[in-house]
Amino acid sequence: MRPFRYSRAVDVADAVRLAGSPGARYLGGGTNLVDLMRETIEQPDALVDVTAMPGEIEETPEGGLLIGAAVRNTALAEHPAVRTRYPVLSRAIVAGASAQIRNMATLGGNLLQRTRCAYFYDNHGSRCNKRQPGQGCDALEGFHRNHAILGASAACIAVHPSDMAVALAALDAVVHLQGRNGSVRSLPVTDLHRLPGERPDVDTLLEPGELITAIELPPLPATLRSTYRKVRDRSSYAFALVSVAAVLDIADGEIRDVRIALGGVAHKPWRATRAESVLRGGSGTAAAFAAAADAELAEARPLPGNAFKIELARRTIVAVLRELAGDSA
Amino acid sequence: MTMTMTVNGSPVSLPHDARVSLLDLVREHLHLPGTKKGCNQGACGACTVLVDGERILSCLALAVQFEGRSVTTIEGVGTPGALHPLQAAFIEHDGFQCGYCTPGQICSAIGMAQEIRRGVPSHVTADLAAPDIAPTRDELRERMSGNLCRCGTHNGIIDAIAEIVSADVLLPEPAQ
Repeated sequence: MRPFRYSRAVDVADAVRLAGSPGARYLGGGTNLVDLMRETIEQPDALVDVTAMPGEIEETPEGGLLIGAAVRNTALAEHPAVRTRYPVLSRAIVAGASAQIRNMATLGGNLLQRTRCAYFYDNHGSRCNKRQPGQGCDALEGFHRNHAILGASAACIAVHPSDMAVALAALDAVVHLQGRNGSVRSLPVTDLHRLPGERPDVDTLLEPGELITAIELPPLPATLRSTYRKVRDRSSYAFALVSVAAVLDIADGEIRDVRIALGGVAHKPWRATRAESVLRGGSGTAAAFAAAADAELAEARPLPGNAFKIELARRTIVAVLRELAGDSA
Repeated sequence: MTMTMTVNGSPVSLPHDARVSLLDLVREHLHLPGTKKGCNQGACGACTVLVDGERILSCLALAVQFEGRSVTTIEGVGTPGALHPLQAAFIEHDGFQCGYCTPGQICSAIGMAQEIRRGVPSHVTADLAAPDIAPTRDELRERMSGNLCRCGTHNGIIDAIAEIVSADVLLPEPAQ
């Protein structure tokens, strides 16, 4: 690991000031960044520890929740308001990593974790455009059963590894940011991450030095039902092959509102807007759920090793929507 | 001013080199070799320690992040002459073979018992809204999935933990 300067921020303004140099990075729980530094894939010359920043889980005047970026994954998953009003978020968090890692990992760090593509991690043995732009991608003709079927490019087929972010995408969460010059802005979490295109080394639309300060969950009607289902190679402590976060408002068989996001299939949490538009206002039947899944997956471009994900995603979308619809379907 | 944390109740100076992991601090600087380095990348759980009662992976933790915190390693959990009840249960139920993962398993299980008591849900918890969580074998297995045993003694490990948890014996806090 390359030497670096360490400092601990007491608040947001302090953090942004301390991270003023180009080689500085924010440090949350360290569960991904420390590992990447040990492999010399990340080589920051300064780490600004933001885990001491104030910020809890608060009710917003609109009836939603405002969650500080330093809140640990466990604290978020166990919070009564999250468990009862946003079950998809609790479910997604406890589907990820291990209990030890969830006790360390922060909300902001979870969003900014990097892909677990094995070729990205193989620093000295493989080519990777995300690690070294222009180098080439060994996953394309390699072992890519875990890789993207939607929104990938010829330069990169890596997937975003977070479960929590998939739930946040389905919930229309908003990311609050503070920049180096003190500027404050917010953007939908679905706009935080970008597709790889020709620049897979750039994961997000954050400005240099910009800090995630909080995530806001908009209020949801009490009638909304939500859940998260993760399909993986073993039943625990594994990354998703495919995951589905879904929120459904259905009454008398009619879908009043629906939000669906997919994990394990793209470079970013994949909001399934095509499927949603097929369903919204229609009837919540199994046939409609299948048609919606097909509409979303029509754009899928698989490789030989991951073509199975299309059918897996289709079945998982349908199963989750049927579960949420219950007797209403 | 020297920054400190406590390890098993004793004050310890933070390392000058920020690269030192909490794992290397306890093993190499403090000569407490009970905590094990398995994968050193957060995959195996052998390095699990308790920080203020919460289980974490010491291999992914930079020691400098833990100023003012209270760290408990397996050396602070029990001693050969005064075993923690969970250590005795591991012996009773053959919860280990080579023993390399055992310190991490035991620290992890102590943290897990607190999480169940606090009502933290898991991936297999059916009712997220329920205030109490029954410590079924499925719950224990899911909650211990971050601790691998290459000898394959998971059945004995779960037996040992289940005995302590289901007997409703409150796991005592580790000695400080």
